[in-house]
Amino acid sequence: MDALLFLTFAGIAVLCGINLILQTHPISSALSLVGVMGSLAVLYLLLGGAFIAAVQLIVYAGAVMVLFVFVIMLLNAGAERKSSKPAVRAWISLPLIFTFVILLGGLIASRAPADAAVRFGEFTGGTAANIGRALFTAYLLPFEVTSILILIAILGAVVLARKEI
Amino acid sequence: MPAELTRILPQSVPLSWYLILSAILFSLGVAGFLFRRNIITVFMSIELMLNAVNLTFVAFSYHLKQVDGHIFSFFVMVVAAAEAAVGLAIILTVFKNRSTLEIDEVNSMKL
Repeated sequence: MDALLFLTFAGIAVLCGINLILQTHPISSALSLVGVMGSLAVLYLLLGGAFIAAVQLIVYAGAVMVLFVFVIMLLNAGAERKSSKPAVRAWISLPLIFTFVILLGGLIASRAPADAAVRFGEFTGGTAANIGRALFTAYLLPFEVTSILILIAILGAVVLARKEI
Repeated sequence: MPAELTRILPQSVPLSWYLILSAILFSLGVAGFLFRRNIITVFMSIELMLNAVNLTFVAFSYHLKQVDGHIFSFFVMVVAAAEAAVGLAIILTVFKNRSTLEIDEVNSMKL
């Protein structure tokens, strides 16, 4: 059952990822990205990360993607025009990306622990209680620094979105 | 579930399958970043790469039976949310000044 769920949602994630880079209209790409994020949330659940799956759905698939769709609608972004320039970039980078995937796959296949298997329910440490405990003890300083980061992001967004820039 | 399917498929998933899925998603993000010329789609490809890395963090967190990977993944999400807010504000400003979303036309910093 684990393998079936993994293969189903991994397949959905990869297909949505391919669709993201093939679609010319940004709205189609945004919806594909929501598909990727939703199926990744299911994979997090399989890996025992209940809290991180919920956060993935709420923050990523919810808030961040709403922001993306909002900007696409606001700018009335249409389909990408065909490029008039020769696609030199594509001919150089496509083999490089394939090489990268193959090298990475070989590295994972040779170095990853061979006996490591993922069974649903074997690790249940990813609950909100455990994450909260780690966040407010061992990771307290990064957590507090995050508030400054978000404050800077708010100020930056407000300054950038003013009228006279 | 049909009986043949249970016989073919393993009962548990190897950890490396998760890592390879993550590598594939990351490479798709790189490809989108390089090939697409719409600035919003380029930005979404970056989000795809961040998601792929998060999957690796959570998978290793399972393998090591520790919660630290989840915390890292949580911080990546926080940074991605802040980055999306600022990045989309920059996109709005670029569009207001140039009325275009094509990254090839935003080239005033090129030599």
